[in-house]
Amino acid sequence: MGENRQIVINANENGCKLYHRELNRKIREAIQNGYKHIILKNIMGQRFIGAGIKDDVVIEIYGDAGLDLGVFFGGKQIIVHGCSEYLLGNTLNGGEIVVYGDSWDITGMGARDGKIFVMGNGGSRVGIHMKEYKDKKPVICYGGKVKQYCGEYMAGGIIVILGLDFREAIIDRKKPLDRDNIDPSKIKNYDDPIVQSDIGGGIHGGAIYVRGEVPKEYLGVYAVKEKATNADKRILKPIIKRFCELFNCPEDLIWQKEFTKIRPISSRPFGKHYSTVPI
Amino acid sequence: MTAPRDKLLPRFKTIIDYDRCIGCGKCGESCSYGCIFFDKEQKKPFVKKQENCVACQRCVIFCPKEAIEIHNYPVSYPPHALWSPYHVRSIIEQARSGSVLISGTGNDRPYPVIFDYLVWDACQVTNPSIDALREPVETRTWLGRKPKHLSIKEVDGKFEIDDFPPNVMLSTPLIIGHMSLGSLSYNAITSMYKAVKEVGTLMGTGEGGLHKDHYIYKDRLIGEVASGRFGVSPEYLDIAALEIKIGQGAKPGHGGQLPGEKVTELISETRGIPVGTDALSPNPQHDIYSIEDLKTLIAALHEATEYRIPVGVKIAAVNNVAAIASGIVRADADFITIDGFRGGTGAAPRILRDNAGIPIELAIASVDQHLRDEKLRHKITLIAGGGIRSPSDMIKIIALGADIAMVGTAPLIALGCKVCQQCTTGKCSWGIATGNPELGKRIDIEWGARRVANMLRAWTAELEEVLGTMGIDAVESFVGNRDRLRYLGPNPHEAEILGVKHAGERITRGGE
Repeated sequence: MGENRQIVINANENGCKLYHRELNRKIREAIQNGYKHIILKNIMGQRFIGAGIKDDVVIEIYGDAGLDLGVFFGGKQIIVHGCSEYLLGNTLNGGEIVVYGDSWDITGMGARDGKIFVMGNGGSRVGIHMKEYKDKKPVICYGGKVKQYCGEYMAGGIIVILGLDFREAIIDRKKPLDRDNIDPSKIKNYDDPIVQSDIGGGIHGGAIYVRGEVPKEYLGVYAVKEKATNADKRILKPIIKRFCELFNCPEDLIWQKEFTKIRPISSRPFGKHYSTVPI
Repeated sequence: MTAPRDKLLPRFKTIIDYDRCIGCGKCGESCSYGCIFFDKEQKKPFVKKQENCVACQRCVIFCPKEAIEIHNYPVSYPPHALWSPYHVRSIIEQARSGSVLISGTGNDRPYPVIFDYLVWDACQVTNPSIDALREPVETRTWLGRKPKHLSIKEVDGKFEIDDFPPNVMLSTPLIIGHMSLGSLSYNAITSMYKAVKEVGTLMGTGEGGLHKDHYIYKDRLIGEVASGRFGVSPEYLDIAALEIKIGQGAKPGHGGQLPGEKVTELISETRGIPVGTDALSPNPQHDIYSIEDLKTLIAALHEATEYRIPVGVKIAAVNNVAAIASGIVRADADFITIDGFRGGTGAAPRILRDNAGIPIELAIASVDQHLRDEKLRHKITLIAGGGIRSPSDMIKIIALGADIAMVGTAPLIALGCKVCQQCTTGKCSWGIATGNPELGKRIDIEWGARRVANMLRAWTAELEEVLGTMGIDAVESFVGNRDRLRYLGPNPHEAEILGVKHAGERITRGGE
């Protein structure tokens, strides 16, 4: 009964894909039996993996995860050696999610706490409606680029977009992606801009850090941009450090470019929009 | 200070009878709107700002000498059937502020109330009535998905029902709708939670999350998952039922907003956002753009709760409500809540509150019929709310097709609300719609819980009485029993949509 008691669950039994309900049932059963490290093999887009799990466990996924990976998750860690679909970490409550690949739209929607690290690119509405409370400060960090409406309605937390291109840096494409399969010398930079239009639309808390320049016309309503200060860099430091640790990326490479900070104009963006005078 | 030419005339006139006044100061203490001011030196109350009076009646009721009167402000608006004060005053205010008008409570426009055009049947001669005082009339109701058939298996010589979807038992087909901590005071919310727990029915948490003091009421709460996802913590998911909020009757298509000044330490902790930040709920749920997406979120909630609790969807009553409801059943929801256009709110743009949506009576009748036609009705529990004022409205909505009636404003009235429509200001003198803890203390939780529980019990008792007179011994067999209703109003087409015969219509044999 060691700390790292492992169990391997094969999600493809006799050539038949395991349905998400059955898969989650097996995960919960493993947790109940005291396993701390659950390895899922042959995942092929199963949805809702790790839904609502709040136990101190690591779930490691080989293959591409489907919609809503880690929805309401509050456990220790989810690692995906592959890509993840929409809604990664939907309403995340804690822990860490690491994706060695891309993860598309609406990542970390309404996240309350926890950290999401994605090596590759993202789609639109990444980090929408993230919030924070005291020491609960969610973080989303994308290695690559993201699309429109990043950090929309954001009420707290931190989004970091790095604009790094890992495509050439993968050593063996036939093997599952992990730290050891990344050649740090071949990581490149994407050209600016690495974000798209309406970044931070309706933002009223938290901050978005984009490595490089963000054109002014890309800013959403109630968002303003400024150069990241030293204080900001201190906030970024532990996040970057963890990212580099996970994806075998040299820290120096990241600090070569300046960060742009996108923050709200105020915490009350719509304050004056309404009148409560009784008619 | 408003310049005279920008000024909106007061709506009410507060008159203090100084002959009766004993200078106790209760009125000044009561007034939270800044209208009556009590001068401690002179021991005399004054009307300081007449325009601030909202007719909440707190001072009138708390004056021990009945020395205060509130009248409509004695000024005549030049008579004009088109340019009524409602429109003139709105323009005056918007010309000053340039803002969207916000109001609380529910739609106050004089639309016809269809409930008032319906009457019901009773037993006479050919079918005996039941005496509810001595004979059982079952009001228990189950919330959740019902299977098409029961499969029963034998385990060790005992019979068990196999794979029955989760259902929550209610002692009465009457629940309290979603109202959040934040829109209402801690004491008001706690009173109602206590009452539903005592009576054995349910209440919705609204989008405010769940305060840790309220975890003890979890088995009697429906947790709301709305577009802001406020307070959706792991503890929150361990609740009697979950409901995805798509829309609200008072503001269909609109989200929600708790202004920063109402986000106090208590609210901030419950919602998981910093103190003083606007709590914004976007209009759409950004992970739901289709029925398929809705199905995904329902499945995610089912997964996260291990299929232990029912997951429902709340929508506002809008034009195509029947087709939408059908989609929601197909998306695997266990229950649907439909909120009519008279539904209440803590704050909504007045233009939406007063104009958007359709009445719950028509919406429920058409949803019920549509789901029957599509052979889906038996699967889900249908909850109806939005302007249900009395047990008779509750009985009529059940006969029109709802399994459960949902009320919001009614229990608030039980707690002291006088329907002054100032919920949005947070100054509620009765300590209900306010985040100010000092005002909130005006409600004693034990007293409040008793009042609300009494109301719920009285309504249930009246339901039993009525079912008895109709000879029906279980409310579940009354659901959608429209043949027991008759229409007595001005528009026969309405009766057709409701699927209700006109009063006095004879039952004719086919072909006659």
